[in-house]
Amino acid sequence: MLDLRLYMLQRITAILMAPLVLTHIAVMVYAIQGGLSAAEILGRTQGSLGWAAFYGLFVAAVSVHAAIGLRAILHEMAGLRGTGLAIFTWAAGLGLFAMGARAVYAVTAA
Amino acid sequence: MSLARTHRSHPLWYAYALHRVSGLLLALFLPLHFWVLSFALTDPARLDGFLHWADLPAVKLAEFGLVFLLAVHMFGGLRLIALEFLPWSGRQKAYAAAAAALAFLVAGLFLLRAV
Amino acid sequence: MGNAVDIVAERETHMTVRVWRGQGDQGRYESFEVPERENQTVLDVVTWIQQNADPSLSYRYACRVGMCGSCAMTVNGKPRWTCRTHVQKVLDGGILEIAPLRNMPVIKDLAADMSGFFDKWVAAEGVFHPTATRTDEIPKIDPREERRVEIDNAIECINCGICYAACDVVAANPDYLGPAALNRAWTLVNDQKDGARDARLAAVSGGGGCHNCHSQQGCVQHCPNDLNPTASIAGLKRETAKSFFKWRR
Ligand code: SF4
Ligand code: SF4
Ligand code: FES
Repeated sequence: MLDLRLYMLQRITAILMAPLVLTHIAVMVYAIQGGLSAAEILGRTQGSLGWAAFYGLFVAAVSVHAAIGLRAILHEMAGLRGTGLAIFTWAAGLGLFAMGARAVYAVTAA
Repeated sequence: MSLARTHRSHPLWYAYALHRVSGLLLALFLPLHFWVLSFALTDPARLDGFLHWADLPAVKLAEFGLVFLLAVHMFGGLRLIALEFLPWSGRQKAYAAAAAALAFLVAGLFLLRAV
Repeated sequence: MGNAVDIVAERETHMTVRVWRGQGDQGRYESFEVPERENQTVLDVVTWIQQNADPSLSYRYACRVGMCGSCAMTVNGKPRWTCRTHVQKVLDGGILEIAPLRNMPVIKDLAADMSGFFDKWVAAEGVFHPTATRTDEIPKIDPREERRVEIDNAIECINCGICYAACDVVAANPDYLGPAALNRAWTLVNDQKDGARDARLAAVSGGGGCHNCHSQQGCVQHCPNDLNPTASIAGLKRETAKSFFKWRR
């Protein structure tokens, strides 16, 4: 169910995301004080190539990582296998990526 | 099973369960997160609406939960990667406990700043 | 001495033993009152029931000294080797609940069918592939050498299936090779006299391979010989990860 290729993808995206998650949490802790507003968030991110790259990478990695994780759960806890499981994995990964990419575009496009 | 003890009654199984549950909840939260953020493009007023809603104490508490899930999944995941790729350590239970404690600390910091 | 035995008999206390009876998926617990002894293993209890209460009770054992790996059962919820598990250690409120090993089909009563467990042993290439003939000189291997030490740490497996019963991935993924077979594969990966390293790494890299292990260490927790299949599986993950980059090149 999890072969070497999926395992490597899972671990590589995990290692890649560790610093991204830490940064994301640090930004949250920093920004949450005094409440959030759309203007505050967008003021930070809009037109910033750096944040676009940061969150773009984050979204790509998390889509792969979450799709493989959900795949393992669905196989082990719901018994899904074979083509059904493959279709689910791709759908989850692509779906998350599409939604995530749209969100990154929404907050970083100038 | 009349007796509560099973092959699962040990701390590292609980660590595994926490990793799985946190991962699942985060994966379920992501679409919502992305959906709300995309209002920045289509409906900025609605995004602001969500952000003000997030000022409610109950929602702040839920956010604390989310930060904890994210942190515990990351620290717990780093523990697993260290287990797999570094020489074996006999202190697995201590590391699992440390991952949970660290995550709680980080989430607590977030909550303190939020209120 | 005769009256010493009488005194013991007078003071005899009993425990309630719930024993799984049935075949295949069908079955239920049956209760027996078994006299308590000061020094008594779970296997002694099962044997007492078969000899004194119900001769039709089926179970399996051979060596009675923790060597053969045939007597494992689920005792009060946990997989254990019954010949070396003292009743006093596991008795819970005066009750002992004995069931066949988990994750294996039941043949009858307490005897589980271990053939799937052993088939996976072979599927994981847990088989030695010789590289020399009897006329070749025997290679000298330093016992302190790193790969040899890895083998030492994992070699004392008695094939009891306890780790296999304690593993949730085995329960959830029927293809998963399981801790014992993968632990065995790891000893052979480190064996310099073996000639099938690549085939073995491929055998443990499929849909039921080592990469499915979640490292929750139920196997380590319960292995009666204090082996560490999780560490062996981590070793396989490392070696296959290395080969992943090699195969790509
Ligand atoms: S560590 Fe791996 S092999 Fe051991 S019980 Fe857990 S999943 Fe099974
Ligand atoms: S690794 Fe331990 S628990 Fe598993 S079969 Fe071997 S001796 Fe039994
Ligand atoms: S009877 Fe041989 S190990 Fe228990």
